[in-house]
Amino acid sequence: MRGGWSKTVAVLGAAGLLAVSACGNSDDGGSGDASASKDVTVFTWWADGGEKAGLDGLVSTFATECKDFKFVNSAVAGGAGSNAKQVLANDLAAGKPPSTFQAHAGAELGDYIKNGQVDDVSDLYKEFGLDKAFPQSLIDNLTVDGKIYSVPANVHRANVVWANPTVLKKANLDATKAPASVDAWIADMDKLKAAGVKAPLATSKGFAEEMVMEVVLLAELGPDKFTGLWNGQTDMAGADVTAALEKFKKILSFSNADREAIDWPDALQYVNKGQAAYTVMGDWVAAQQLADKVPDSAYTYWPAPGTGETFQYLADSFTLPTNGQTPEGAKCWLKVVGSAEGQKAFNTKKGSIPARSDAVATDYPKYQQAAMADWKSKKIVPSCAHGAACTLGQNDSILSAMGQFSSGMDVATLQKALVAAAKPN
Amino acid sequence: MHGRIRTWGPGALVLLPTVLLLGYFVYGLIAWTFNTSLTDKHNARPVPTNHVGFENYVNLFGEERFLNSLKNLGVLTVAFIVGTLIFGLIWALLLEKGVPGEGIFRSVFLFPMAVSMIASGVVWGWLLNPSQGDDARGLNRLFSILHLNFLENPWWTGGSRWTTMASIALPAVWQLSGYIMALFLAGFRGIPPELREAARVDGASEFKLYRYVLFPQLSPIALSALIILGHMSLKLFDLIYAITGPNQFRTEVPSVYMWNTLLRSDMAKAAAIAIVLLAVVAVLVIPYVAYTVRQENEE
Repeated sequence: MRGGWSKTVAVLGAAGLLAVSACGNSDDGGSGDASASKDVTVFTWWADGGEKAGLDGLVSTFATECKDFKFVNSAVAGGAGSNAKQVLANDLAAGKPPSTFQAHAGAELGDYIKNGQVDDVSDLYKEFGLDKAFPQSLIDNLTVDGKIYSVPANVHRANVVWANPTVLKKANLDATKAPASVDAWIADMDKLKAAGVKAPLATSKGFAEEMVMEVVLLAELGPDKFTGLWNGQTDMAGADVTAALEKFKKILSFSNADREAIDWPDALQYVNKGQAAYTVMGDWVAAQQLADKVPDSAYTYWPAPGTGETFQYLADSFTLPTNGQTPEGAKCWLKVVGSAEGQKAFNTKKGSIPARSDAVATDYPKYQQAAMADWKSKKIVPSCAHGAACTLGQNDSILSAMGQFSSGMDVATLQKALVAAAKPN
Repeated sequence: MHGRIRTWGPGALVLLPTVLLLGYFVYGLIAWTFNTSLTDKHNARPVPTNHVGFENYVNLFGEERFLNSLKNLGVLTVAFIVGTLIFGLIWALLLEKGVPGEGIFRSVFLFPMAVSMIASGVVWGWLLNPSQGDDARGLNRLFSILHLNFLENPWWTGGSRWTTMASIALPAVWQLSGYIMALFLAGFRGIPPELREAARVDGASEFKLYRYVLFPQLSPIALSALIILGHMSLKLFDLIYAITGPNQFRTEVPSVYMWNTLLRSDMAKAAAIAIVLLAVVAVLVIPYVAYTVRQENEE
């Protein structure tokens, strides 16, 4: 027996050693101590598709503008950034920040600011003239206690409904313009249902349902009260919120039964195939439709009903980490990110619009031209689901509540969870 | 003196790396996690943390989301263990009779175990599509093709906690039943043929043979199976993550909740969940280890 034990122990010990040495290896591989101070490590979750193409565009501009420095790609793929955020959190906790990292502009950046992990870049805004180039309402959204901590590379719009005109025709609905209000939208869905469309709205799990809830809240409460929901100025427990959530419940009841089991591209396919009339999704759908070669005539889009005068935004931005490597190179990267050429190189490939209001519209495809016009003229409000208005922690709580709501459909429970989530942590 | 070192010296030397490694990487880190769970480190801010006693645990057990995840885990574990034991035993019984092509069947039943849970989870996620009727996909589609429409159901997206977690347990049962079959089959084969012959000579019916002669011989194996399945189920993460995604209240278990909590940098709460999970596993495993050690000593 004893012989058996020591053998087992020896094998376990050897396995343990192997595991430890394996860990050691992988640890050094990733970031790598920048021996040359010319390396600018850029941390993103843009690893493939249009996002990678956009990043490549930025990199080529960087290569000509910042000849003294060398771009080092430190992208982490997968999970729409959730893997990357975990890796980044570890690097930051270990005191080994990259030269610059990607983060959603707004509240999601708030955690890094509170943690003292990013530096104020207000001076760079003046130096590069960004304070004039970006719309004032965006700058207001980015400013925390009088300081700005990141440079946005792009802007997406979240409050967009994508519709199939052929399906709308079944119920004799006008495909060219949005229903005037949430109530009118519900009435239209009733008509579609009567015309044989079983699930007029296609939606999917997690953040897609959250986006539907957000556009209903935005339409019912108006932009100012909506923005206040997430910063404590509007009472989340209020009766007007309850009323809006009841409408959200009604709208969700018009959606596909398998919503908890699919992702947003599947929901979009339901619309494209004519199984559903509408889907609520950010304007990265436009790039997806282009990539899937869906002709312009096969779909239409408008701002979510009742939100036509607002532009619900989310933006990817780059930061200047505290004690980062090669700060001068990082500043040059931020200059490229904020510049007209950099934003053009990035956004024409990624399918988003530039944050600068002086961009030339004709450089962009059809949908983006319309979005750029709205970006200048509409009221800008932040998106919670995409980190502009809410932190990662708040979104975790809200997404959990969404999943619960999707099956139980209990407005009181949802509102209680939202009240708890909206509290600043 | 010299002689005594010679007896235990080499053994101790061989043991030393293990003791150090396990001591640091397992027990040391458990202690560290436990210590973290007693602090107020709820974010990544570089501020000093304070010890707050068992506040995190009190908060956890007062939280609907955590209690929900514990209940889910309990139901999942029962459904998974019962399902796996039943199928494992049935297959073992069938193969034990010595069917032709036994090797093929054994491989077929064992193969699912070779699939990684994250991969099978992705595929089962498609199979368990909740659409029904004309839009049915996955297993529901299969049922409708076979005119078994009454079997169509929303799987984990609707119904009670039991149907939800049983749907999640289904892929796990599929994966592990073959393993349990192999355990039982080895058990059957280990029973000396004389016992069967003696029972038959004494005129025992087939049912009585199994009930009073063979099954009692399998009870140590059944116990091992129970412990293996139990601790697997308690730690189950990848399958649930792949089928339902990270933020699904209906199917959330403590391990998934811990991951979500860690993603939002709430170290203290995540550590508390980890310690609760460890305690639950310990309740299951420690009596078993004590029992085996005592048995070995008796031998």
